[in-house]
This record gives sequence, C-alpha cells and structure tokens, in this order.
Amino acid sequence: MAAEVAENSCGGLGLMGRILLWLPLALFAALALFFASGLLRPDERVITSKLVGKPLPAFELPQAASDRPPLSSAEFAKGKPRMLNIFASWCVPCAAESSQLLALEKAGVPIDAIAIRDAREDVDAFLARWGNPYDHIGLDARSSVQIALGSSGVPETFIVDGQGRIVHQHIGDIRAEDVPKLIAIWKGAQ
Amino acid sequence: MIAELGLAALWLAAALALLQCVLAGLGLTQSRDDLLSGVRPVAVCQALLCALAFLCLILLFLRSDMSVLLVAMNSHSAKPWLYKFAGAWGNHEGSMLLWVTVMGVAGAGVALLERTLKRDTHMATLGAQALISLGFYAFLLFSSNPFERLAPPAADGQGLNPLLQDPGLAFHPPTLYFGYVGLSVAFSFAVGALVTRTVDAAFARAMRPWVLTAWVMLTIGIVAGSYWAYYELGWGGWWFWDPVENASLMPWLAATALLHSVTVLATRDALRAWTVMLAVIAFSMSMVGTFLVRSGILTSVHAFAVDPERGSFILALLAIYIGGALALFGARVGTVREGKQFEAMSRETWLVVNNLLLTVILGVVLIGTLYPLMTEAFGHKVSVGPPYFNRIAGPLALMLMLAMMAGPLTRWRRDKPGLVAERLIWPALAMAGIAAALGVASWGKIGLLPFLGLVVAGGVALGSIVPLGKRNLRRTPLFVWGMVIAHMGCAVSLAGMAADSAFTTEKLAAMKPGDNVEAAGWSVTFSSVAPVAGENWSAMQADMIAQRGGAEALLNPQNRFFSDPPTTTTESAILTRWDGQLYIVLGDALDDGRWQVRIWWKPFVTLIWLGGLMIAAGGVLTIIGRERRGWLLKLRKIHAGDWG
Amino acid sequence: MAKTGAMKSKHQRLILAIIALVAVVAAGLLAASALKDEAAYFYAPDDVKTKGVEPGKAIRLGGMVVAGSLKKAADGVTITFDVTDGKATVPATFTGIAPDLFREGSGVVAEGAFDETGTFVATELLAKHDERYMPRELEGMNYNAATHEMKADR
Repeated sequence: MAAEVAENSCGGLGLMGRILLWLPLALFAALALFFASGLLRPDERVITSKLVGKPLPAFELPQAASDRPPLSSAEFAKGKPRMLNIFASWCVPCAAESSQLLALEKAGVPIDAIAIRDAREDVDAFLARWGNPYDHIGLDARSSVQIALGSSGVPETFIVDGQGRIVHQHIGDIRAEDVPKLIAIWKGAQ
Repeated sequence: MIAELGLAALWLAAALALLQCVLAGLGLTQSRDDLLSGVRPVAVCQALLCALAFLCLILLFLRSDMSVLLVAMNSHSAKPWLYKFAGAWGNHEGSMLLWVTVMGVAGAGVALLERTLKRDTHMATLGAQALISLGFYAFLLFSSNPFERLAPPAADGQGLNPLLQDPGLAFHPPTLYFGYVGLSVAFSFAVGALVTRTVDAAFARAMRPWVLTAWVMLTIGIVAGSYWAYYELGWGGWWFWDPVENASLMPWLAATALLHSVTVLATRDALRAWTVMLAVIAFSMSMVGTFLVRSGILTSVHAFAVDPERGSFILALLAIYIGGALALFGARVGTVREGKQFEAMSRETWLVVNNLLLTVILGVVLIGTLYPLMTEAFGHKVSVGPPYFNRIAGPLALMLMLAMMAGPLTRWRRDKPGLVAERLIWPALAMAGIAAALGVASWGKIGLLPFLGLVVAGGVALGSIVPLGKRNLRRTPLFVWGMVIAHMGCAVSLAGMAADSAFTTEKLAAMKPGDNVEAAGWSVTFSSVAPVAGENWSAMQADMIAQRGGAEALLNPQNRFFSDPPTTTTESAILTRWDGQLYIVLGDALDDGRWQVRIWWKPFVTLIWLGGLMIAAGGVLTIIGRERRGWLLKLRKIHAGDWG
Repeated sequence: MAKTGAMKSKHQRLILAIIALVAVVAAGLLAASALKDEAAYFYAPDDVKTKGVEPGKAIRLGGMVVAGSLKKAADGVTITFDVTDGKATVPATFTGIAPDLFREGSGVVAEGAFDETGTFVATELLAKHDERYMPRELEGMNYNAATHEMKADR
C-alpha cells in the first residue's frame, strides 16, 4: 500500500512518500541478503563426521561380496594407511565414482568398503559391472556402522592412518579431480 | 539422439528469448516498428522450441534411456509407465524445464491472444516475459542441464521415492507450476505497464484473465496437494504447514489479493499502484517459494540434495528480477497518475480490507516459514509448527471471511451503512442461529476456533447467495455466478475444516482377525490379512468390513514395502459417505498376531476439498464470463480471414 | 478500519498507506509475539531437567530414542521409550501407530505434555520421512549407535 502515497508524491507528499516508495525494495534487499548469508554457510549443511582425527569406531561386519573377505575395524590398525569407501549397489553416484576408485587402487592405495543396506547378489552384480577395487567388503545391513562413523549418505570415503585414526572424510562421489588430492592425503598419513 | 535434439532445441529457444528481449527493448527505445513487429512471431517460435525440448525429455523417460544422467538418477525400468512419464518433471532439472516451457507457452499466449492492451505496453510485457525466461534458460543450460549424458550408461535407474509414486502427486506439481508461472505473466504485465507508465482499467482488464487462470491452477494444485497429504501420509491431517506447502500457499494468498485488487482497478480505476505492487509480490512469492524448496536452505539434513550452486543461481535470478521490478516500481510509480477515489462505505473499502488481511496473513506465513532460518543465523535452532500458524492465521482468516460476507453486499463507490446492515440481516441471523444451536448441543466439547468457524461458514454461505436474491437468475452474468460459487466454496471449505477438527472420532486398537471395533456409529470388523504384490512393491493388506445401519463396505488398508530404494509406507483405506469419511490405517504387526489399527470417522471432511474445487470452478466461470465476448470477436475475425 | 469518513478528502492515499503500514507492523508484532511462545515450546530433555515443565503444559519434546528402551504395552498400541539429548533422559509414552521411521536410535519430536509422574505423554510423534532425520533443534549432535551415546556440541 506504500505505493498509494507515491501516486501523490508529485502532488507534494514529499520525502515520506518517496521513502515509502522505495521501502519494498529495501525490505526485499534485506531478505535477499539474508538468503545469501544462508547460502554462504553451506559447510554447516554438509555434515562432516565428528570423528575426523579420532580413532575408527570398533565394528565387525559380515561378508558382503562372494569373492571378498568380510571387514572389521581391526584391518585398519595394522600400520599402513587405508581407504574406507562407503557405497551401495543401489546408488548411482557410487557407480559414477567406480573408475576413480579403480585409479586409486592402481596407484597403490588399499581400499576396503562397507556396503550399505545391500544384498550379496546385488553387490556381486554391481562389482562385476563396475569393477572391484576393494580388498575387504563388509555388509552394513542396517546402516549402524555408517551412523557410528558419522557418515550421512553414500558414497563417502574415509582415509584411515596406520593406527586406525580417521584422517580425512570425503563426502559425495570421488571426481577425477579429487584423485590426486586423496592420494596425497593417503601418502601423508604414512 | 533425442537428448541432443532436446538440448539443441533448448539452446535455440534461449537464443530466441534473447532476441525477443532485444527486439522489444530496441524497438521501444528507438520507436522502430519494424523491430517490434518481430516480437510476437519470435515469442511463438520460442514457445514451440521449448515445448519440443520438454517433449524430448518425456520421451527419454518413457524409453528409460539410462544413458541420460537424469533418467538414471530418477527413473527405473520397472516403474509403471505413468510414473516414468511423471518422472520427467519429478526432479529438479525436469521441473525447471517444465517451468520455462510453461513460461514460454504463456508468453506465446500473451503474444497471440492479447488485443486490448496498448501496443507499447504489450511489447514491453513480452520483452519482460522473455527476460525472465532467459534467466531460467541460463539456469537450465549452465547449471541444471536435463539432457546430460551418463557414460557409460547405468544398468538401471535409481528409482523414485515410493512416496512419490502416486497419481495425485504425478500431476500435482505441474498444476502448481502452471499457477506459479501464470503469475509471471502478471509480473510481466506490471513491468510492461511501469515501463510505459500506463496503469489503468484497460491494463487491469488485460491482466485479469491471466491472474485468474494462475489463481485457479494454484487453487487446484493446493487442493490436490492437501488431499494427497491426507490420504498418503496416513496421519488423518490435511494441512501440515510444511515449508513446501507454505511455498505454494504464499503465492496463492498474494494471487487472491491481486485478483480482488485487479477487479477494483478494472471496474473502478482505483488502487493503481497497489495492484502493480501486488502483481510483483505474487510472482516474487512464487520465486521465493521455489528458492526455499530448491536451494535446500530449509531442509538442512539433505546434504546430498543440496547444491549450493543451484541455490545461488536461483537467488541471483530472484535478486535481479524482483529487485529490478521493485526498483522500477520505486522510480516509476510516482509518475503514474492517481486513480479514482471512493467513499469509506463502498465495495472498494471491503476489497481494501480483503487485501490488507490477505497481506497480513501472507506476512505472517512468510515470517513463520523463514523464522527457523533467521534464528539459525544467531545460533539457535528452532522449528515453527502448526500451533503458530493456526493461532494467527485462523482468526485472521475468520475476519477475512466476514469481510467476504459484507463485500459483495456493498455497492461500488458509495453506499449507506444502514442499507448494508439491512442486507446483512439474514446472514447475521443464520450465524446467531448456528451459534445458539451449537452452543446448546456441544458447549464445552468443541474448541473456540472450530465453533467460530462453523458459525462464520454458515453466515458466509448464506451471505454469498444474497447478491443473487434481487437478480433475474437467467440474466445474471456468468462472472457474478463465478464470484458467488467461489465465495460459497470458501464457506463450504471452512465448514469442512471446522467440522473435521470439532467432531472427528478416533479409535486405536490392536486387533487380530475376527476382532470388532465400534467407532462413531460404525462397526469395523478385521476379517483377515494377507500379502499382496504390486508392480514394484509388496504389501500386507487387511480386509476390514465396515458396517453402519445395515450397509456394508470393504476397506483394504495396506502396509506397503518398496524394494528400490527400501522403504515402508502405510496406505490408508478411505470410505467416503455423504456425511464424512471413514479412514483406516494398518500399523505394525505385533508379536502375538495382532495388528495395530487406527480408525477415524471424520464427519464432513470432504467439504474441505469440495469447497476448494468450488473456489476453482468459480474462477473458471469468471474467466469464461469475462472473456467470452473477446473470444467470440477473435473467432469471428479469424473466420473473416484476419489473423492479426 | 478504513471507515474514518475522511476517505473523500485529498488525503485518501495517505490514509490508505498509513493503514497499510500499520497493518504490516501489526503482522510483524503478531508474528513476533507468537514466535516467542513457539520458541519456548520446544524442549530437549536437558531443558526439562533444568528449567522444569509443569504437568499438562503442551510442549514439544525432541531428542533421540535411547536404544533398548522401546517397549510395547500389552494393549498393542501403547509404547514407552526414553528420549535423550545426551545430557538428560526422560521417559515417554505414546498411544498410536508410530511413524514408519520411528525406531530406536532415531531422532524424534514428540508433541504432548508431562503427566504428574514425570512421564511425557505424547499425542503425536513426528519422525520425518528421512532416515537421517535429526530434530532441527538438535542438529549438531551426534548419536553413536554403537555405544548408544549422544555427543552434544552445542
């Protein structure tokens, strides 16, 4: 309604009228700035695990794929840094990152995996289709280890040092440009 | 091949939108008729190309082409074809493509159908429409390309959330989109009028059908969404004040206000600047709602669904278009001449009251929706729920209904308070009667708000037909019928809401086959439970026999399990009778062979959506009533071979 | 509201504008006062312990369902469970069909009131259709399903 004044502003409502006229724009600008500040804090929304820098929680998972041994947290405290990939056969970004994982394996990075809410036949089919870069694969049928890890979705990848401490968490699929960085972190963990 | 064709069509459409802007802009600033004459054909071609791109996307989804990223992410070859089809817009990229398609088609409509507007305003409007489209084309092409390929192709798709596998939901978002985007036309009209400084009755008449159409679509979309939430979520509620729901309600509130102020402007040439302002606000609310839903700014746990780049892109578009329009408003509206004045007791005044109340409700809903964000900025995390919205919006809505009762009974320009009061006698008596009857029958049993709701609904229902009282019904113009039916629909809907919250009976029991439960005159027998399978789900389905007064009916609530991705949903069973709905939900199985069963009897709950549909139908009648003559003229011209 | 009689005068626009301004301010104040109550409406178990809630007052209780605490009563439709925020734990009961994603270890927001014995009687359970749902007010907390501990870092 501020505008109604404006129609008169030439008729002498003067300053107040003109201020009212620009009031909607000012209000909107405040709103837009507020939205922008909300967007500029995306880091809070990507939930990083509180466990980075802390030891891997203890777990013991059953076998997920027919030709790979099961996974337990003990594998990660044997002196050599390893990578832990969280994936699922029903997840498209997981398929998208498979060639990057194969590249990491080729570069000498040992990779273990946890399959989330999955079934053995599906995991086998997935690995046959997209390649298998993993040494051990554990099946986390109810996402309990995933939650314990503080991981909020699939795919996610952790780098664990030789003492079983989590040194890095990568959220989302690994893109080609992430590979050198991950290798560097893995090397740094040695 | 289809994907590439779609992408090419999209690029071409974007180029044409740019051309349309340039032609309109240069043509107007340099007064070049040759340039301006190109605007309309370009607008039509742009719409055709954009529609072609959208068709390509639908085709890709129907063929389950898993070499397209979007299809692989959102579809599945085992999905029923209807959901493959609907899957085309059941995701971010596809829905944005639908958005620009509708926008382009609406622009073509303005180019082809609009005849009464001053030519310069018409051209400025088309230019503005193309400018808005251009932003969304850029958004699609640079940050949300729906035709992106996936190499190598996926074996099969990621499916679609089973909650979304529902015919209601498949067609509910596009309806809302037609509404949102229809408001973009009103926005463009406002910008066009500001550019040429002609805000008058003719402008309002040109804009009105577009506002009405958008408003009808929004109404249908909201009604459908509400019914979907009612039967799919299995909670018995019909409105949850969820941010996504609010995102559709806010444009509707603004559009409702605009619809009434545009009528004042068209009929009486008053409220000029305010109408322009509302047109800007209405589309702004569509964009703000889209931004809130798309940017993920409100649902902070969906880390993967959130792409900050997309949020920033929409925010930038928002800032440019809304900021630009408001700046234009500030700079130009002062030079628009004052409209006609009116007396304190006149229909205009009631419509001003309507506009104020709607604006206040809009403000309250907007603040409530944004409040969690605001407090988060200061480190507190708060969620705002139904108690807040109901407490404030409820009383305001009742006041609005009262104004709606009085408005149509008051003459334009000037009326005598005594005469208005006289015409209000019958509705007032009806309200007093209902209040007395309810007071005697159920004092203390129902809450204040439902009580007032029922009373006001009765008054408005009667009040809305009073304007017909002195008319010859066969000669009453269609748009008057439209208003009467829409207002009556508000009363019907209000009555349904109030009856639902005042008189619902709920029964909860653990039942084994053979058990029987009594609820509100119904006798429900749990006869058996057995597994059933659908195309991509399996379920436990119960046979429940409901009896009342000798009549019997079978209800089949389900506990449904979807395999891909693994999800369980409860499918409620609903039995509709003239006086209400019996709503049964099958819960979990207990270890001892019993099942949890929740039974509601909801008297007259269907009136909520029936009223909503009446509101929409009233809108349709008004459009036909107002525009019929224009269409006939146009048809006759076409018959005479004059397409221009 | 607009029937001041002065509408006829030259100042009609000004009057309308002032009414509009008053209405907008009124909306803001209305919203602010209601939101103040709304913010006071949410309690985490620790708030219950430290601030205290009188029985019968309608509130919203949010936290995580303690693993191992969920029990079904003999009537088949009543459940009892404990809600924790890592600092305090309160017992709760609910009669009805719990949402699909309501389970031990998941986040929950319950609407209802405390009874005389200090048990929270929930009339409605809200668990979002998202298995990673965390009540907004408790974001930033971490629930460890292995040790059943909540880490609060507020």
